[in-house]
Amino acid sequence: MAIHKGRGFACINYPIGMNLGGDPSQALVHSTPDGKFMVSLSSIDLGQGMKSVTRQIAAETLGVPVSDVYVDTADSDTGPHCMGSFASRGTHRVGNAVIRAATEARKALLEAAAEELEVNATDLETDGQGNIQVKGAPGRTITVADTAIAAQFKQGRTLSGRGIFLIPPSDVDPDTGEMTPVSCFAHAALVVDLEVDDETGEVSVTEINSAYEVGRALNPRLVEQQLIGGAWMGVSHALYETTEPYYPDRSHGPVDFNTYLMPGPGEVVNHNIAVLERPAEDAPFGGKGPGEMCANPVLPAIANAVYNAVGVRCDTLPITPEKVLRGILANGGARPQGAR
Amino acid sequence: MTKKPVQFQLNGSPVAVFSDEGQNLLDLLRRGVGDLSPKYGCGQGTCGSCTVIIDGEPRLSCLTLAETVEGQHVETTNGLANGPDLHALQEAFMENFAAQCGYCTPGMLMAAKALLDRTPRPSRAEIVEAISGNICRCTGYEPIIDAILAASGQPTRRTG
Amino acid sequence: MSSVEFRKDLFADERDDNLQEIGKPTRRQDILGHVTGRSPYYDDHLFDGLLHMRCVRSPHHHARIRSIDTSQAERMPGVVRVVLARDVPNNLNTLLSLINFGKDEEKLIQDTKVAYVGEPVAAIIAETEGQARDACAAVRVDYEVLPHVLDPEASLKPDAPVVNEIYPNNTFDYHDLYDHQKLRFGDVEKGFSEADHIVEGEYQMSPIEQAPIETCGAIAAPETNDRFVCYTSTQALFFSLGTTAKLLNMASSRLHFVGGTVGGGFGGKVDSIVEPLSVLGAVLTGRPVKFMWDRAEEMQVGAPRGAERWRIKDGVARDGRILARTFTGFFDAGAYTRLSSYAIIKCTGHIPGPYSIPNVASNVYCVFTNRTPATAMRGFGITGVDFAIECHMDKVAETVGLNPIELRILNAYRDGDMKPHRRLAKNTALIECCQVASQKSGWAISADAARQSSLTGGGGSRADIPESITDSVGRIGERRRTDIPTEPGMGAASRGRVAAGTQGIPIVAAAPQDEDMITDPARMGFRHAPVAPSQPGATPSSPVPPSAAPSAAPVPPQQNAPAPQPAPPQQPAAPQPPQATPDPAPAPYKPEQPFSRGVKRPGVSRFLSGSRRR
Repeated sequence: MAIHKGRGFACINYPIGMNLGGDPSQALVHSTPDGKFMVSLSSIDLGQGMKSVTRQIAAETLGVPVSDVYVDTADSDTGPHCMGSFASRGTHRVGNAVIRAATEARKALLEAAAEELEVNATDLETDGQGNIQVKGAPGRTITVADTAIAAQFKQGRTLSGRGIFLIPPSDVDPDTGEMTPVSCFAHAALVVDLEVDDETGEVSVTEINSAYEVGRALNPRLVEQQLIGGAWMGVSHALYETTEPYYPDRSHGPVDFNTYLMPGPGEVVNHNIAVLERPAEDAPFGGKGPGEMCANPVLPAIANAVYNAVGVRCDTLPITPEKVLRGILANGGARPQGAR
Repeated sequence: MTKKPVQFQLNGSPVAVFSDEGQNLLDLLRRGVGDLSPKYGCGQGTCGSCTVIIDGEPRLSCLTLAETVEGQHVETTNGLANGPDLHALQEAFMENFAAQCGYCTPGMLMAAKALLDRTPRPSRAEIVEAISGNICRCTGYEPIIDAILAASGQPTRRTG
Repeated sequence: MSSVEFRKDLFADERDDNLQEIGKPTRRQDILGHVTGRSPYYDDHLFDGLLHMRCVRSPHHHARIRSIDTSQAERMPGVVRVVLARDVPNNLNTLLSLINFGKDEEKLIQDTKVAYVGEPVAAIIAETEGQARDACAAVRVDYEVLPHVLDPEASLKPDAPVVNEIYPNNTFDYHDLYDHQKLRFGDVEKGFSEADHIVEGEYQMSPIEQAPIETCGAIAAPETNDRFVCYTSTQALFFSLGTTAKLLNMASSRLHFVGGTVGGGFGGKVDSIVEPLSVLGAVLTGRPVKFMWDRAEEMQVGAPRGAERWRIKDGVARDGRILARTFTGFFDAGAYTRLSSYAIIKCTGHIPGPYSIPNVASNVYCVFTNRTPATAMRGFGITGVDFAIECHMDKVAETVGLNPIELRILNAYRDGDMKPHRRLAKNTALIECCQVASQKSGWAISADAARQSSLTGGGGSRADIPESITDSVGRIGERRRTDIPTEPGMGAASRGRVAAGTQGIPIVAAAPQDEDMITDPARMGFRHAPVAPSQPGATPSSPVPPSAAPSAAPVPPQQNAPAPQPAPPQQPAAPQPPQATPDPAPAPYKPEQPFSRGVKRPGVSRFLSGSRRR
């Protein structure tokens, strides 16, 4: 009886957004009297960081510091329509809506500043620190705050913007499957190292080395959160999780966390991540939305590594000790496939 | 339905409330006292999101009969900060991005505080042990372990 | 311990990394609320006189309801209202009716037949949750147990019990035409006949629970203006609002939904069941009503990621090129559609994964069985088929004796390749991900594989749409009459052809409604204006300069756009300072200063602040 090391590989792409379009999201941006900006949405923050990433998108687009922007979501009385947070559509659809709303608000902001500075709005730029200045004449500036005050109390303007982003609905050809499915693809590839105990059938993942291509890491720490947490979920899906352990039989279905298994803090896997960024042209600042795809490659990579370790093809998830042991028994013993 | 008076210290302040027959501490804290920081995740003692500290020990408030805290000291995340000054654990959780949805966070913080109160510089293994009754579905645990290391003044994978 | 590196050297010429806020590790806006326990989840809204709702659920996989006797339950202590199907004003819906996809088929509360264990047949509203539970146990339901079917392929058989009367063939109807979704690209039979190896495999995903730590729930209460407020854990606010309005036959203007701070979702909080039930409770009682799933309901009644069964057949050339690939997929939808039908559409557009294969065909079935309905989960429509594809790729690699990473790179899609759904691939990066994963893990690949690039070698003939073989097998009802096979290409009697080069028009985002909303791409951090992704006739992979010798060092991707001189790979060193303004004068803006300073300025309203007036 022995511990066998195994190594497996998998790579994937992931289509971003709801498939056939027809899923709008809206955003409203308005300034407070002193030049802070509120972004009103109806999008949901499930923990993925929707409030935070739309805040950064709005600040970048407006040209103001992120500390001057807050996101308010989701109250159906004040937030405009959004289809929801699913199918990795949040960053893409809502982010684009926020860009449009913030762009319109920025236009109003620059026009108000232009009136105060007596120049053309097209000659103005923001410095991202809360100032608006004349291009090439850095001495001539006005703060965003003063601009907002002037706009509101002197000029009678709103500094606000509306945004909607919609991929119009499309059809699928019934005979060929032709369709316009998605906006862009995220990518990932990873190598899993693990050990299989041929006495118990237990699998322990020891290391993951991965490359994730996310378009642009709009906030690198939020991306990291998704990738580390997502890979953990991938390990969990591959080795532990099921609501019906003997599918399609419905017996032994777990009803609590004692019987629905997941790896705990003691089973954290070393995960070395490389993030690649190839901006997608129609995505907000090129960001593709890493949240959903990050678990996907882990499942097959673990299955492939188990085969490499003991020669058992576990094509049915989850890869429980029972299945591994039955496979080893059927093969007449562990059959390591060679170091990689 | 009979109600029983219960008096205890909650985050250092005296509390006197009536508990319903059979009411658990989680429900009493949330509905009876209005401290919403402990969360309901399972009601079965398996997820840890309702963790509070009772007389220095981390306890699952969903499995604690409310009337049994009579005369005891109960701590929740609601009382973790000292006025406007955040606890080192709170700062470290923010700095280390140790929360995503945030639902398990109050329970994690209580489990971690009970550990640090007892063991100011815990090993990684001790941290893992201390939070092993708390389930997090989002983070993969590593940022949480890092945050607790950082809060106890120890190097993390980023700093050391 | 984990580590993260940002490979800024790759695709560097396509990005401007000198943005002000994008790309910065800004703290989460919500993190202070999380660490202080003050983030307002739906259950953190307190109401006086809150009532609690629980459901009476079917113990059977499949049964006719003869009668429901609630008389004893109504007399139980604390019971305020018993809710039955007749209390639901418009008791039939399908989740995707809001985007006009599928037929109404699922009742909020059942009254005639249950089709899965856990299907609700009544709801009890009581003063406490415990009282509601006790009263639920006192409801007597007389069931006539019916034969049930749990395996999706058994469900396709002519003699299988009908799970869902709206879809009597136990399959979702695609396009009012077929019992499955087809994908046909090229001629797979021809591809198989030219192949040196045929590799076949079957893969099975298990149902998986989303398992957010916060269970699904909602609290609804009458507002003061003849409306109802609903605090909810939904992932899709207006989806839930619209579904509630429809089921309750109520003007949506009378609904006020509040959410947005959710304790994890992962796809399990889209289904919009708790919202209509809690609002219905508030309507019927005039009091605040909470409907929250307990953990057991979340596990077994809450819709999981559905099980999927996949069969893949590949025709492979001796050198590892995949010449043809077919898929047969069965999505186990459970008793009702929820989102499974749509997951299949997304999946079909994804097939055959990130590879360029000249002949591809798939049949994917959304099958009804007597189990908990399936719904969305992280990786919607993709996770299962990716498991199948990538396990299968390993078998192909073993068959042809190739390094698994090299096999992927050999078959990888590249910019300008035609995908089987007849749209060009753009912005691809699979090859680079494979190369970086190889470097990081020390799993060596050949020099040739290390030289490949997503930017070159695609397009050209790989952008062509071949003549494609079609068939009309599997018209709605046909399978249940005659038990025809499920694989694509079977039943050759009805073969048809679609001419080569037939392609519709890609759909792009609706234009901004107003030119004020149009942003300059350069402000968005795009280094060069978006180029047309396809260059039909572009030079196939130009020979690689010998300088790019394979080594452990990252292989600089070959650029097909006129690139600046290859900048030395910028490791994630210090980010360049923002485009420095030439003026070093201190910025006048001090965000920490209070707003009231504004009132000192001439011409400004006196009503801004009471602190200082001129």
